[in-house]
Amino acid sequence: MNELAASLAMRARRLGRRVLSRPRIDLPLAIGLLILALIGLTVLYSASNLDAGTLAGQATRFAIGAILMLAISRIPPNLLRAWTPWFYAIGVLLLVVVKVLGEGQGANRWLDIGVVRFQPSELMKLAMPMVIAWYLHPRPLPPRWRDLALTGVLIAVPAYLIIKQPDLGTALLVAASGLFVWFLAGLQWWKIGGALVAVAAAAPVAWHFMHDYQRQRIITFLHPENDPLGSGWHILQSMIAVGSGGMFGKGFNQGTQSKLEFLPEHTTDFIFAVLGEEFGLVGVLVLLLVYAFIVGRCLWIAANARDTWSRLVAGAFALAFMVYVIVNGGMIAGLLPVVGVPLPLVSYGGTSAITLLAGFGVVMSIHAHRKWTP
Amino acid sequence: MNVRDELKDDRARRARFGRRALAGFAIMLALVMVVAGRFVYLQVFQHTEYSTRAKANRVRLKHLPPPRGLIYDAAGKLLADNVPAFRLDVVPDKVEHMHAMLRQLSAVVPLTDDDIRRFQQSLKQHRPFDAVPLKFRLTESERDSFAINQWRFPGVSVAPYLTRNYPYGAAFAHVIGYVGRIDEREEQRLDPDRYAGSTHIGKTGLEKEYENLLHGTPGYEVVEVNANQRPLRVLQRVAAKPGKNLYLTIDERLQHAAIAALDGQTGAAVAIDPRNGNVLAMVTIPSFDPNLFVNGISQADYTALLDNPEKPLLNRAMRGGYPPGSTIKPFLGLGGLELGLRKPADTVLSTGTYYIPGSSRGYRDDTRHGAGRVNLMQAITQSVNTYFYSLAYQMGIKRFDEWMGKFGFGKPTGIDLPDETGGVLPSPEWKRKTFKQPWYPGETVISGIGQGYWMVTPLQMAHALAALAGNGQSHTPHLLAATSDGLGAPEVPYPQPKPVQITHDPADLAAVKQGMLGVVYSPQGTAYASGIGKGFPYLIAGKTGTAERYSRTTDAYNTNKNLAYLASRHRAWFTAYAPADHPQIAVAVVLEHGAWGGSAAAPIARKILDQWLADTPPSERPPITVTAHAAPAAASGTTTAPTTP
Repeated sequence: MNELAASLAMRARRLGRRVLSRPRIDLPLAIGLLILALIGLTVLYSASNLDAGTLAGQATRFAIGAILMLAISRIPPNLLRAWTPWFYAIGVLLLVVVKVLGEGQGANRWLDIGVVRFQPSELMKLAMPMVIAWYLHPRPLPPRWRDLALTGVLIAVPAYLIIKQPDLGTALLVAASGLFVWFLAGLQWWKIGGALVAVAAAAPVAWHFMHDYQRQRIITFLHPENDPLGSGWHILQSMIAVGSGGMFGKGFNQGTQSKLEFLPEHTTDFIFAVLGEEFGLVGVLVLLLVYAFIVGRCLWIAANARDTWSRLVAGAFALAFMVYVIVNGGMIAGLLPVVGVPLPLVSYGGTSAITLLAGFGVVMSIHAHRKWTP
Repeated sequence: MNVRDELKDDRARRARFGRRALAGFAIMLALVMVVAGRFVYLQVFQHTEYSTRAKANRVRLKHLPPPRGLIYDAAGKLLADNVPAFRLDVVPDKVEHMHAMLRQLSAVVPLTDDDIRRFQQSLKQHRPFDAVPLKFRLTESERDSFAINQWRFPGVSVAPYLTRNYPYGAAFAHVIGYVGRIDEREEQRLDPDRYAGSTHIGKTGLEKEYENLLHGTPGYEVVEVNANQRPLRVLQRVAAKPGKNLYLTIDERLQHAAIAALDGQTGAAVAIDPRNGNVLAMVTIPSFDPNLFVNGISQADYTALLDNPEKPLLNRAMRGGYPPGSTIKPFLGLGGLELGLRKPADTVLSTGTYYIPGSSRGYRDDTRHGAGRVNLMQAITQSVNTYFYSLAYQMGIKRFDEWMGKFGFGKPTGIDLPDETGGVLPSPEWKRKTFKQPWYPGETVISGIGQGYWMVTPLQMAHALAALAGNGQSHTPHLLAATSDGLGAPEVPYPQPKPVQITHDPADLAAVKQGMLGVVYSPQGTAYASGIGKGFPYLIAGKTGTAERYSRTTDAYNTNKNLAYLASRHRAWFTAYAPADHPQIAVAVVLEHGAWGGSAAAPIARKILDQWLADTPPSERPPITVTAHAAPAAASGTTTAPTTP
C-alpha cells in the first residue's frame, strides 16, 4: 500500500517536474495570452471600482485556466481526438441537465455543483469544433452532402438547447464554431454563398413570424434614441463612454460613464466600453492587435499541424475566438444589437475564461506534437 | 488507397486548409477593421459630441412599474386591490460592507431572518446598480425611525409602492390565488423590459392565469440628477399603463353563503350556471389567508400551513380527487337511454346482490334484500346499485368510458385556473398505464356505481351536472366574464369557447330529471329525509352520493352504524340543480368526513340554492307541481334482466 502511494507520488512529482521544466507551450502564443490577461485584469480592476476581491477572483480563474492549459498541452492530439465524442456527449448531457433542473428550480444557464457554478454552453464552444472535426477528419473533403447533413445535426442539437435557455447570442456563436469547421474543411464557395443568400432571403420571413417584442428589440437597435428604456439606453450609454474616451482616453480609473454607473454591466459584457473610455482609441487598437496576433498565431499552428483533425480544431477555434471579439466590440460600438456575449479573457466570469484557456491548451498540444507520428 | 495516394491526399488537404485559413483570417481581419473603423469614427470624429454628452450626462432613467389590474366579482365588489405601502430598498453598489450594514440596520428597523434570506437571494438576481427590496410593508414607526437614521445608511432608502391586498382573505384564496415576489426562475423567463421595476407576479389562481392581462405596461421617468446623483427635476415622463381590470362570474354573496353552509367541514362546493358555464361559487374548506404570501410568508406561517393535516393549501375544488359514488348514476342512466340499451320504463330486479352472468362473485345493493323491480326513475331515486351494475356491464367499459368522457370525467374541465387535475375515469388503458394490469369485468360493474378507480373533482362534478341540467349542452366552466382598461372604461366580454351538445333526445333528459326530482321529493328518495325540498319556491333535482374510501373487508361495516365511524370511511356527495324546469344553478358539494350524502351534504347544497334563488320575485317562480315520480308505471314493466351485454 505504502509502496503504491510512494510510487504514485514519485510519478506525480516526475510529471510535474517535466511539465515545468519542459513545458510544451508555444512561446509566442503564451506571451500573447499573458499580455491579454494583464490588459484584462487592469481594465477589470478599474471597472470594479478597484475591488481587490474581483481582481483576485479573476486572477484565480486565470491561474486555474493556465494550469489546465499546460496539462492539456501535454496530451497528444490523437488522444484528445479519441476523447472528443465523449466530451461532446457530456456537454450535450449537461445542457439537458441544465434544462431539466431549470424547469424545477433556479437558473437556466448555470449548473451548480457545490462550490463551482458553470455554464455548459461555454463548454460547448470548445466541444463543438472538436466534434465536427472528429466526424469529418476520416472522410473525403470537402464534405459531401451526407456528411454536411449529419454534422448539421451535431451542430443543431446543442444550439437548439441553448436557444431554449434562452440565450440566442451564445447559441449562434456555438453554431458558428461548428460552421467554421465546414469552412476550413473546404466547403465550396458557391455553397457558402448560397447559404448566405438563403439566410438573407429568410430574414423577411423570420420578421413575419417574430413576436412583437422581438421586433421591438430590432427597431430599438436601429433607433436607440427612440426608446431609452432597456437595451436602447445601454447602447447609447456605451457609445457615449467610447466616444468620450477620444484618442488617448481619460486615464486609468477616470471613466465617468462607468464610475457614475451610466454604463450597465461594466465588469462583464460592457467592459470593452470601459477600456475605450479610459484608454481611448490607442487602447482599443492595442487590444484588437493582441487579439489578431493570438488568432493569427493559432491559425499558423493549425496550418502546420500534422493531421486533419488538429488543423480543423485549431483553425475553427481561432476563428470563433476572433468572432467573439468582433461581436462584443460591435455591440459596444453600436454596430450590433445587444447580445450577452463577453469579451474573451477580459470580461469578468469563470467558465468562459477557463474554457478558452483549455481550448488554447488543445492548440498548444497540437503545436507541441506536430512532429510526433502516431 | 495506397500510401502514396494517402500522402498526396494529405498534401492536398493541407494546401486547401492553408488557403482556407488564410481566407478566414483575411475575413476576420476585415471585420476587425470594420469594428476598429467604427471606434475611430466614435473616438476621433464624434469625440467632441460624445465628450459633451458625457459631461452633460446627468440624466437618469427611473422605471415606473404599472399598477396591477383590479379584480371584481359579478356584482362589482372588489376582490383584489392595490393599497399604498412603503418598503426599504438597497442599492448594493453603494453599500460598502453589506453584512455590517444589515446588522446595524436591523437595530433600527427590525429585520427577520426571512427578510435577510430573501434579500440575499434577490441580490444575486439584480445588477449591482439596481435597487433591491429588503423589507416590504413598513409600519409607520419603522418608517419614522429609519428616517432619523437614514444618513447612516448610504444606498438604503424608503420607497413608496402599491401592494396587493385581498379584502376577503381566505374566502377567495383558491380562486384569485395570490401574487408574490418574482423569483430567480421567473426572472429568467420574463421580458425584462415589461417587468422593469416590478417586484411581484401572479403565483397561483387567477392572478397567475391572467398575469398577462393584469400586469400592464411599465412607464419611465427621465430624471436629471446632480453630480451626487440627487434628482433635480423630471425631464420626461411616460406614464405606466395599468393592467386590465377583471370582472368575474363568481358572486361574493354566494361564495360566502357556501362557506357558511360548509361550516368548517373539510370539503368543497362548486356552483355553475348551466346556461353559460359561469362559475358562481367555488369553495374549498379549509383555506388560508392569501395576504400572507404577498410580501413573503414567514417560515413559521408556512410550516403551519404545510403541517396542517387538513391541507389548507390544497385546492380541493379542482385538485381534490374523490370517488364519485352514486352521483354518477344519472349520467350512466342517461347513457343507457341515449345509446338505446334501455327505455325509461324497462325494469331490473334488485335482490340485494348482483352477479355477473356465469360468475359467483356478488356485488351488493345498499339494502340487504334489494329494492325489487325498479325502472330508471326509481333506480335513480332510490340509488339502486343493481340497476347500474347491470347497465354498466351491458354497456361495456369502452362505451362506458366514451359516454362518461363526454361529460368531462377523466380530464380537466378547462376552467381558467392553472394546475387543474383531471381525476380518473376508469378505463383499461388507464389501468394498464398505471398498474400494468389487465382489466376485469368486475371492475366495469363497480365503475357503474362510481366506485373502484374513479376519481372526480368537485369542479368536474358540477361541470358534468351543469351539462345535464342545461339540456345536455356542455359549456367550458370559466371565472372571467369581462375585462376593462380601467375605471369608467367599458367592460369587454371575454370570449368563451363554444358549447358542445352531448345528448340528443329531450325525452331521455326528462326521464333522468324525474329520477332526480324523486331523490328530493319521493318518500323513497335518498335525500327525502333531509327535507331539503321543503319550503323552497322551486323544484330541486338532486342526487346523493356516498363513496367508500376503503373497500369493505370486514363485517364491522354492517354492524357498526356509528356516524363518526362511517364519516371516517365515507365521502359524502350531493349534487343538485334548480329550478328543475329552467335550471339557473348546478351545485356539487363534497365532504371529506361526511357520513351520508343525503343527510350531511344535501342541506349544504340547499343553503347555496337558497342564497342564489331566494331573491327572485314570486311572479317569476314556476308553479310547484310534483309530477309522476311517486309511483312508477308498473304496467310498462318489460323486464330487462340483462343476460349478455
